[in-house]
Amino acid sequence: MHLSSLRSRWIRPTPLLLGAAALWPLADAFLPAGMQVIEPLRTVFIYAILALGLNVVTGFTGLLNLGVAAFMAIGAYAFGILTCEIYPFQIGFWPALFATLGIGAFAGFLLGAPLLRLRGDYLAIVTLGFGEIVQDVLKNLDGITKGTQGINPLPGPTFLASASEESGSSFFGLTWRELGVEDSTAWYYTLWTLLVLCIIAVRHLERSRTGRAWLSVREDELASRAMGIRVDRVKLIAFSTGASLAAFAGALAASGLSSTGEPANYDFQISILAVCIVIVGGVGSVSGILVGALVMIGINSIVLSKAADWIAASGLSSSDNVLLSPSNWKFLLFGLALVLMVHLRPQGILPPSLEDEPGGDEA
Amino acid sequence: MTDTEVLLQQVITGLSNGMIIALIAIGYTMVYGIIELINFAHGDLFMLGSFLALTLLGALGLEAVEGVGTWATIGLLLVTSAGFCGTLNVVIDRFAYRPLRKSPKLSLLVAAIGCSFILVNIGLFWGGIPMDVFSMGRAAAAPKNFPNLLGHDNLLGDSAILLTRGDLLVVVVTVPLMIGLTMLVRLTRLGKAMRAVAQNPSAAALMGIDVNRVISSTFFIGGALGGFASVVYALYNNTISFQMGYRSGMDAFTAAVLGGIGSLPGAVLGGLLIGLMRAMSDQYIAAHWTNTIVFSVLILILIFRPSGLLGFKLREKV
Repeated sequence: MHLSSLRSRWIRPTPLLLGAAALWPLADAFLPAGMQVIEPLRTVFIYAILALGLNVVTGFTGLLNLGVAAFMAIGAYAFGILTCEIYPFQIGFWPALFATLGIGAFAGFLLGAPLLRLRGDYLAIVTLGFGEIVQDVLKNLDGITKGTQGINPLPGPTFLASASEESGSSFFGLTWRELGVEDSTAWYYTLWTLLVLCIIAVRHLERSRTGRAWLSVREDELASRAMGIRVDRVKLIAFSTGASLAAFAGALAASGLSSTGEPANYDFQISILAVCIVIVGGVGSVSGILVGALVMIGINSIVLSKAADWIAASGLSSSDNVLLSPSNWKFLLFGLALVLMVHLRPQGILPPSLEDEPGGDEA
Repeated sequence: MTDTEVLLQQVITGLSNGMIIALIAIGYTMVYGIIELINFAHGDLFMLGSFLALTLLGALGLEAVEGVGTWATIGLLLVTSAGFCGTLNVVIDRFAYRPLRKSPKLSLLVAAIGCSFILVNIGLFWGGIPMDVFSMGRAAAAPKNFPNLLGHDNLLGDSAILLTRGDLLVVVVTVPLMIGLTMLVRLTRLGKAMRAVAQNPSAAALMGIDVNRVISSTFFIGGALGGFASVVYALYNNTISFQMGYRSGMDAFTAAVLGGIGSLPGAVLGGLLIGLMRAMSDQYIAAHWTNTIVFSVLILILIFRPSGLLGFKLREKV
């Protein structure tokens, strides 16, 4: 955890991490078969977007949202309903993807408007309850949402590519080509680009008048009010921003899987995973989010699944012994991550001061 | 069954489950009253209590006891689980919460969520112990059958309405506990110290009250009530699972908020209301909407009356 050597005027953690991520596919090709991590890194990007949104709520504004999975679900299902061929809309990948930003923000506004005056811990419980309600509603309204089957198939991103012979309509020799699930590297760079755009947007928001107001509300609500900040409004903007990014991440995840999956996939575990990313990485820190996502998703989808392969290969049966199935350790890992971080390093692995004041003191 | 009988049956089921919920809710409300923490791990503590009870049954070979032995066995399970849950709650407070007393409230809540996840995982591993009662540890995550020690006899004879010894057990265990707790809080020195710490910890400390000891006692009592509830729940519902702490915990927390968090009579009233609400929704609306209804109630109360039903007038903070 001694990352203080990174604290230089010239090397900032966020561009460094993103740059390394941009070059990674080159290195990945040289890794032995079965060791490539491009696919899990895509998940890291999606969760980084999700946690970036949660960070606006929890890190900047100091409100705990325990229901981000619900907004992820709303994004995924909205994307499904807007694009899937069984519904009348079928508006295509890009319009649908950006529509989920608005839909998520609106959902956040609807939930947040009556609730944001609640005290912090009550708000946390309400968001948790909302997460459960959304899951149940999605499951029970199976006429619209297809219940536990989920909505599928869903389209991938489309790009202009040179027209091949079999494609029908072409436009100056160009045609829209859709990425399939198998276009791993193209998917990777699409998600990378969207993540970078989200980071730039959040950084701009953070430094705007609203962003300064968020930090001020986090530090002292009463003093902020006295300084003329409209606290409820500022909180609502933060909450909607978080919901918006969560919905965006949900749409991307669903598109990558070509299915929304079943409603139970958006459960409390996912919300807590996002909280873990923010707490582990560094509350209020963008580079912290990247590190947090890498660590938590790295453990969740890389280390645990490799361990499962390794245990299966060594001939031990995981069906007879609960300890031998690595996915059974997830709750323990999440729990320990939260408890240990809060006690030992409450500011997270990469606290925000590393970025804002190079050479300045942490904490 | 006539319509009235159906309704009465649901009232019995609702009240029995409601009393169990109330017993868990007291654990939330006491801890919240004294350190303003939503003790997220409380529901999972309750879950571990029932796992301990099942382990004891299996280890001592008491699944098939009869007659007086049944009640002795139940007594043993109640006392052991209560002691275990109380002690575990004190340990959690000592190591996970006490060092954070001066930290921001949200850090404390995050620590509680972390503890909850750790306990859930312990429950999952516990279900993998190779014992007969845990189906030799295969399918550790599956719900476990809890032996029905009380039988299915209808105490009302041939009536269409079913009143079992399970319903009786719920009343016999919960009502004295609630009365005893109320007396403890109102009449004893410890109770007085609890009320003092709840009102103002630093002033209480200046008056010579050992605040940490009072908080530990509160955690012990709250946890022990969860332990009692866990055995009653297991005997009443005959199935336990490592994930049940989350659901029961949310019901109980909703009950505590509904009644007015910090208030003991409020927690009991809230528990009974949530139990009835669940039973009525299962019967007259649809079981798959029941959770949505309970959570919506929680959200609506928090918006329109955050102090709950009894929280305002009868503010007996513990």
